[in-house]
Amino acid sequence: MASTSQTAQAGGGRLAALTAWIDDRFPMTRMWKEQVSEYYAPKNMNFWYYFGSLSLLVLVIQIVTGIFLTMNYKPAAADAFGSVEYIMRDVEWGWLIRYMHSTGASAFFIVVYLHMFRALLYGSYQKPRELLWIFGMLIYFALMAEAFFGYLLPWGNMSYWGAQVIVSLFGAIPFVGDALTEWIRGDYYISDITLNRFFALHVIAIPLVLVFLVIAHLLALHEVGSNNPDGVDIKKVKGPDGIPLDGIAFHPYYTVKDLIGVGVFLILFSLVIFYAPTMGGYFLEHANFEPANPLQTPPHIAPVWYFTPFYAILRAVPSKSMGALLMGLAVVLFVFLPWLDRGKVKSIRYRGPIYKVALALFVVDFIVLGYCGLKPAVEPFKTLSVIGTIYYFAFFLLMPWYTRIDSYKPEPKRVTYHAH
Amino acid sequence: MTEEVDTGRRHFLTVATVATTAVGAAFVAVPFLASWKPSARAKAMGAPVEVDIGKLEKGAMVKVEWRGKAVYVLHRTPEMLATLKSVDGELRDPGSNESEQPAFAQNEARAFKPEYLVVVGVCTHLGCAPLDKFTPGDVTVSADWRGGFFCPCHGSKFDLSGRVFKDVPAPTNLPVPPYRFVSDTRILIGAESENA
Repeated sequence: MASTSQTAQAGGGRLAALTAWIDDRFPMTRMWKEQVSEYYAPKNMNFWYYFGSLSLLVLVIQIVTGIFLTMNYKPAAADAFGSVEYIMRDVEWGWLIRYMHSTGASAFFIVVYLHMFRALLYGSYQKPRELLWIFGMLIYFALMAEAFFGYLLPWGNMSYWGAQVIVSLFGAIPFVGDALTEWIRGDYYISDITLNRFFALHVIAIPLVLVFLVIAHLLALHEVGSNNPDGVDIKKVKGPDGIPLDGIAFHPYYTVKDLIGVGVFLILFSLVIFYAPTMGGYFLEHANFEPANPLQTPPHIAPVWYFTPFYAILRAVPSKSMGALLMGLAVVLFVFLPWLDRGKVKSIRYRGPIYKVALALFVVDFIVLGYCGLKPAVEPFKTLSVIGTIYYFAFFLLMPWYTRIDSYKPEPKRVTYHAH
Repeated sequence: MTEEVDTGRRHFLTVATVATTAVGAAFVAVPFLASWKPSARAKAMGAPVEVDIGKLEKGAMVKVEWRGKAVYVLHRTPEMLATLKSVDGELRDPGSNESEQPAFAQNEARAFKPEYLVVVGVCTHLGCAPLDKFTPGDVTVSADWRGGFFCPCHGSKFDLSGRVFKDVPAPTNLPVPPYRFVSDTRILIGAESENA
């Protein structure tokens, strides 16, 4: 420590002296080096690696816009709907802040789904990244809870009935179900009391959990190191300085690369905010422009698009408890991927045809289920949902067998990289 | 004093401290968890409500709010009551054995007085409000429809006693709330006995 202070002072400058002063009391420079400037990431990370940093960007957008929304929003049944209209019409730039937040919710799920798909492409959840994957899945669950609690707050009729449907799901749990739903609502129906507590969960409890989980996710990532499109471990081939030959420092190389992603993302994000903030009813549902009415169900209840694949699974089963169970299982199954996948390699580049077809069909299946979940429960969507549900579970539950009999190409020793 | 560490004693103290803390934490958790239960005010506002059915014509239905839920009160015609027998074979729980109702309503009409049906208008699937589709042959439900309730959310069907059909997602019949007739034309919803 003393030596660092001396060298810093020798380098001169008040800033260096201040850095040294802090470093003697707090590991600022050490943390910066470990986590950023001397964190060596594979040099072949491609397009799919944008979505991690973009998720972090959206989290920051949501927290900042969320804080400003709470300054004008009133979490009470009598005032909530009106206060959102007040933000939209009377508060200076309130419409922009609210549209950033509502579009941010959908953007969050878009980048997170793409981020998860990247892990499926390149086997990023495989050993030794199981815990990293589990932290990621916990973030996804917290995000779902955050989105669900937040959706009640505008107190529109779709908010109300969406919350009614989801809270009722807990009623499917044997014996304690009814008492549990009453406990969650704090009333005999979704009321002012429910709104008030969902507000507390949405603005304090879940965001704290999210931030903690994101830190754990990043620390776990930097402990095991980033995967890459070839799925080979760059730590196996190190230079004389102990740095992986295929590794480059996260800063400046990947901070600069990620800035490009940020730029493109913000262009698309702004286009939605300014030209299609409701996205034709997919980001902000039409029925939600009417205040909540406990006596009038909207003619067609559909959750926001990011929940619809699971909603389709719920509806595909003609039994309440089985439907709720399968829906829960569909979400949780991702957690077990590191143990379901018996592949000899990580990356899709060296996998055989079975996994490639299975994953491609899974993507199609997820989109088809999502589409069915948006539609009323009539034919052909009913049959499609049943077929989609069967394939969804087959993809996960048969994985130990089809990944074992699949053929594999030999992995290279080092990552493939073409300079440009 | 000896220099040696008494590991047995240390272990005992650690376990005792952890156990005491766990018990304390459990006690402290109670008020926080219990604060989520319906408050005294919420309970008071869930008190019974009285409905005047004197002006309810035959075949007409009123919706009454009780505990934030719609309660349907339907004045059934003899023709409506006649349909109940004919659908028996297509119902999941025709005898209302697995459904929620006061003991006096566990019959075909699911009512105290057969002409007056009182049910909670909340679908037993996921809590949507079933629509009144009383016209037989209503094509928005199905061509062989004999009248009843239809849930627009996930397509659950109920007969004119709120009994659920087979092959729909709703598991049980529409619940009948506790109620009693305070006079020939007034129903008290939310209470079954005099002293409630």
